[in-house]
Order: sequence, then C-alpha cells, then structure tokens
Amino acid sequence: MKVKSSNPAVAPSGKTTILGVNQSRKAIERTATIIFFVCGIVAILAVAAITIYLIASGAPALGKVGILDILFGTVWSPTADDPSFGIAYLILASIFGTALAICIGVPIGLLAAVFLAEIANTKVANIVRPCVELLAGIPSVVYGLLGAIILCPLMYDIEAAIFANDPNHQMTGGKNLISAILVLAIMILPTVINVSESSLRAVPQNYRASSLALGASKIQTIFKVTIPAAKSGILTGVVLGIGRALGEAMAVVMVCGNVANVPFPFNSVRFLTTGIVSEMSYSSGLHREVLFTIGLVLFVFIMIINVLVNVVLKKGVEKE
Amino acid sequence: MEQQTVKCEVKNLNLWYGDNHALKDVSMDIYDKSITAFIGPSGCGKSTFLKTLNRMNDLVPNVKIEGTVLLDGEDIFSPKCDPTMLRKKVGMVFQQPNPFPMSIYDNIAYGPRIHGIKKKAQLDEIVETSLKGAAIFDEVKDRLKKSALGLSGGQQQRLCIARALAVQPELLLMDEPTSALDPISTMKIEELMEELKKNYAIAIVTHNMQQAARVADRTAFFLVGEMVEIGDTETIFARPADKRTEDYITGRFG
Repeated sequence: MKVKSSNPAVAPSGKTTILGVNQSRKAIERTATIIFFVCGIVAILAVAAITIYLIASGAPALGKVGILDILFGTVWSPTADDPSFGIAYLILASIFGTALAICIGVPIGLLAAVFLAEIANTKVANIVRPCVELLAGIPSVVYGLLGAIILCPLMYDIEAAIFANDPNHQMTGGKNLISAILVLAIMILPTVINVSESSLRAVPQNYRASSLALGASKIQTIFKVTIPAAKSGILTGVVLGIGRALGEAMAVVMVCGNVANVPFPFNSVRFLTTGIVSEMSYSSGLHREVLFTIGLVLFVFIMIINVLVNVVLKKGVEKE
Repeated sequence: MEQQTVKCEVKNLNLWYGDNHALKDVSMDIYDKSITAFIGPSGCGKSTFLKTLNRMNDLVPNVKIEGTVLLDGEDIFSPKCDPTMLRKKVGMVFQQPNPFPMSIYDNIAYGPRIHGIKKKAQLDEIVETSLKGAAIFDEVKDRLKKSALGLSGGQQQRLCIARALAVQPELLLMDEPTSALDPISTMKIEELMEELKKNYAIAIVTHNMQQAARVADRTAFFLVGEMVEIGDTETIFARPADKRTEDYITGRFG
C-alpha cells in the first residue's frame, strides 16, 4: 500500500487546524454520557428500592412474631384464633425442591449443552437449539398445566401403589414434592443449556486440538479439558437455574399441593413463593406482614447464592 | 549420519479441502533421530502436510486424503489404525503456546493420565523427566502446582514441548513453534531441538529460513501444495536443484 506523495488528491493540504472546539459535537458527547449514566442508575435504583422496600415491610413482623418463631416454627396457621406463623417447612421445601431440581436439571442441561456445542452436527444442532429456545419462552403457567395433567396423575398412581395400606398417609392426588421438583428441573433446562453451551463454545479451539494431539479421545477431551475450561460459565448457568427454581411460583403452585408440610417426597408441600402467591389476595394485618417477611427470606437466599458464586468465581480467576 | 532409518514414509499423498487441492502428490522420507524442516510461502501446504502425519486433519470437515503414510511401516490411514494411539506416538507442538488452564503439573500429567497412568509416584517421575527433557524443569520446579498460564510465552512453549514428551512420542511435529516467541526464547527452543533429535524424529514447519538452515538436517520446500524438492539442508540452501527453490531462498518471492 504505497501512496505516491506527488498525488495532489491525497497530499495533506496543510490547512487542518487542531485548535478551536466543535461546540455541537461536544454537546452531543456530553448528552450521550448523561443518558448512559441515567440508564445505569435505573438498575441500581431498582435494586435499592426492592431491598429497602422488602426490609421495611418484611422486618417488622420478625419483631412482632419473633424471628425464631417465624424461621424455625413448623406450624403455619395464619388465620387461626391463636395464629402461628412458622415457615420452617416452607423454607425446607424451597431448599430441597430447588436443590433436587438442580441435581436433576443441571446434569441433563450440561450434557445437552455438550451435545449441542461439541457433538451434534450443524443440521441436528439447528433442530435442537430452537427447541431449547422455545422451552425458555414457554410461560411458567403452561409448565404448571402440563405438570398438572401429565405428571400429577402419574404421581397419583405411584402414590396409590406405595401407600395403599398406610392409613397415616394423606393422599395428595399426585400434587407433591416430586411433581414440583420434576417441573422445576425441566424449567431450568433452557437456562442451563443456553449459558453452558455458549461458555463451552467460548473455550479456545486450541485446547481441544492439543488434547486430541496428545492422543485423548473426543469424550476424554470434553470431560477433562473443555468442561473444566468452561466451568465458570457453567457455574453461572447453574446459579441462574437456582435463581429460576427458587423464585418460580406459578408452575409450582399447580403441582405441589401447597400445604405447609414436612417436605417428604410424596407429601403435598408449600414453597416460599407459593405461600405468598396463594395468600396475598386475602391476607391482612400481621398475616400480610409475614408474607412480606417470606419475600424477604427469599430475597436473602438469592443474595447469599449470588455472593457465594461471586466468591467462587473470583477464586477461580485468581488461581489462573 | 550414515545409515539413517526411515521413521515415516510418505507416498503420493494428495489432500483436498472441498475442491481445493491442498497437497499434490507429496512423497518423502522422514528420518529417525534427525530434524526435517518444511519451508515455503504461506498457504503452500506445509502445515497441512504436517497435520496429516498425526491425522489432525481428520477433524476438518470435507477433507479428502489419498495416498499412504507409513509410520514404522504401518499405514496410518488403515481402518485398523487408532488415531489416539497414532497421536500418542506422533506428538505435536503448535504455533501458539497453548497450555491448558490448569497447573503446570497437571498439564504435563494430562497425557499420561489420559493413557491410563494413575500412580502418583510414576506421574511425578514422568513430570520431572519431561520438564527436564524440555529444559524448563529448573525454572518451574518450585511452582508445579501453580497455573501454567502464569508462565511467559517462551516458558509456555517449552511446557507444551514437555507436555508432548510426557506421552513418549517417537516423532515430534512442530508447527512454527517459535513464530510467536521472542529471539531469546526462540534460541532456547532451537537448542532444545538439537538436544531432542538425539532421541526423536522431528519434523518442523517454519516461516523462518534461517531457522531451517540452523536446525534442520534436511529441508523440504513446498509451493502451492507441491513438494518442490527435499534434500540435505546444506544442499537445498547452497545448490538447490529447482529454480523455484532458488527463487524462494534468495528472497525473490514469498
């Protein structure tokens, strides 16, 4: 690319000045900066508003009822003459339900992501991927409906067979913890698959090449190099999945039976979210305040998980 | 240097990427315990040729290969050939230093572990010999558990050589191993190659003709998919038989 200096069209004219300020351009620059700043602030304001509002409306009940009575109490009868606001079973149901949904959903999601990113040819991947994206777009209430008409009858058959001669068991019609877990496990799939797939695709090709060049098989390469190299992204997917499962109310309320119960597999159970959903519309007074407290507890859980993950991710980065 | 044994014998090798005829009827012998360099302008097929020798080209879609490559007399394209065993026997060092994002120790132990070695003592020994073999042991012996990504580019490349040595290859392929490195690191790698050729057959692709002249016993010149000529490095550089070779090494194109 040699430029002939004798060509007058490209020779510098010597008339360009670097002094003087272009006022209109400067104004545009400044306005743009302010707009970006304001948009950034909106996100912070939203988080701050939620935090403050939840604490302000959820904390008072902790004092009125007693923090231990709420968190560790096992009886939930908010409308009784002598009301009791123990949410221990709700907390346990949320924890177990989420944990088990993750245990089922994450391995399936991760392997599906591996299939899409590493194994499937373009044709197959182009069929599977839109399905996964569609799965993400389906409203949660539809998951609930499907759970109610497909899963619950199935669960009821199993329940009827297992507890046929057990007079102590309260029949649930298949609306139990297992149904809720299975619905949640499927609901977190798209999140886990999408995030994991993109982090697997982001792993540099030369890691795979050097593994193969050392005589590793494709599967060895995937499990010993590619997945470990993508683990921070995969972990992010898991956390988003946890957030989704922990926060899901609509699908779960249709299949869990929604009774505050010990979270055994075949018991009807109530989650933190479903507790709020089902009672918000008619509650009042202290009962209503306790529902806000439940919201606060849920919020704290999500916060803890986010902080934990940030710590883990940071440690991973430092190690490198 | 008399009575050299042939490690790898290539006969009438043709390779197509789709419709692109990337290697045209290439035949050559690669000798054991010596360094063979492949030179030529960009896109001449020398890297493609190198990657054919450990069948890394298998991974490229739409690739078609004809001809034979015999490694110790065994056909590497035979349906009976297990590519993982082939690649264990034919190690490879890439252009960009590319250690795995794990500790130095785990990088070296990766290959042996893949091939079923589990005993800690045995792995320790392999890691140490491999690092010593790649002349990097003294620099990293106190930080084996630290991430390999913390090493300099030159150290990373010697680590990658050590990683390749750890699976005890017999033929070592090097694809422009110093093109991403500074002159001092380059010199170290070249010295290392001199050392390694006592035990291994080495094939190296290089853009740098001086490098070929310095390290290689034999040099092959490639041009648009054809191997124009191969011979003792001295002969190739001093009295090339083909006009095109002469044009290239005297800098008339490329």
